[in-house]
Amino acid sequence: MKTGTSEWKRGLVSGIPIALGYFAVSFTFGIVAVSSGLNWQEAVLISALNLTSAGQFAGLNIMIASGTYFEMALSQLVINLRYALMSVALSQKADQSIHGIYRWLFAFFHTDEIFAVAAGEERLTRRFFSGLMVLPFFGWTLGTLAGALGGSILPDMICDALGLALYGMFIAIFIPAAKGSRKVMAVVALAICFSCCFYYIPGLNRISSGFAIIISAVAAAALAAAVLPSEEV
Amino acid sequence: MPLGTYLPYLLIMAAVTYLVRALPYVLMKKKIENRFVKSFMAYLPYAVLAAMTFPAILYATSFLWSAIAGLAAAVVAAYFERGLFTVALSACFAALLAEVLIRYIIIT
Repeated sequence: MKTGTSEWKRGLVSGIPIALGYFAVSFTFGIVAVSSGLNWQEAVLISALNLTSAGQFAGLNIMIASGTYFEMALSQLVINLRYALMSVALSQKADQSIHGIYRWLFAFFHTDEIFAVAAGEERLTRRFFSGLMVLPFFGWTLGTLAGALGGSILPDMICDALGLALYGMFIAIFIPAAKGSRKVMAVVALAICFSCCFYYIPGLNRISSGFAIIISAVAAAALAAAVLPSEEV
Repeated sequence: MPLGTYLPYLLIMAAVTYLVRALPYVLMKKKIENRFVKSFMAYLPYAVLAAMTFPAILYATSFLWSAIAGLAAAVVAAYFERGLFTVALSACFAALLAEVLIRYIIIT
């Protein structure tokens, strides 16, 4: 039986690689935000209150373009809808120590990578999650700060390279899972296939990238769940 | 950006993002027993991440070839289960190397 402190520490340590990856990705966000006309405080506040990559980049564009509030709300809903599904999945993993106020608090930290780690737990405990969520949050906000303050001095090449960090983190999650399970491999292949259809096929490519991701992912997961239901979940 | 312009955008953005995460977590109390739904839930995150990565990663840099280099490095590192940070860093370094080659050696 593990003690509470060691559970919390284990969570904290699991957050280190996520925090480092977030630093690189949010660094890019800081650069883009400041070069679009926001000051560093505004950039950092967006990161501290949203803690999401794709949604923030899209939201920033809408701000800059003076889009409507409806457009802002809808874009965030669609791009971030995957978090709703992740929250449902984590609600199945969370044990009884995560109740009431803890659900309201922890949900704020449901990001792709934190989800991936939390979902790997046999049984998700409050101590583990409250350790896990700490460093990624600081990595994300401090990375934004660093990018906002110092990003303008970096050459394009470095910015390009840092832009790949986000995708690198995604790849680090789904490739090992696909390697370990042929069913997950099928899911990944289907999702990539659908997503490419939305990108390259004329007509379909007029659908916004947020919707395209949702549709591709839901279709791939549903098809695989119907044809190849998993035994061990 | 004027505060009166910035603040409503920020609040809408943060509120929608938070509620999308919180409401399902707070409201889902029962265990799901259905096999299809359970499989769907298990598969979905991988599907989301894969769909977000492809084909977007190919257009994330200034040159297609630097993106391909980054992608290849990330896939190899991930295949050998090197962990989040190492994989992300491999992608960055490979892309950087490719851009240096493209900009300073191939173009000039």
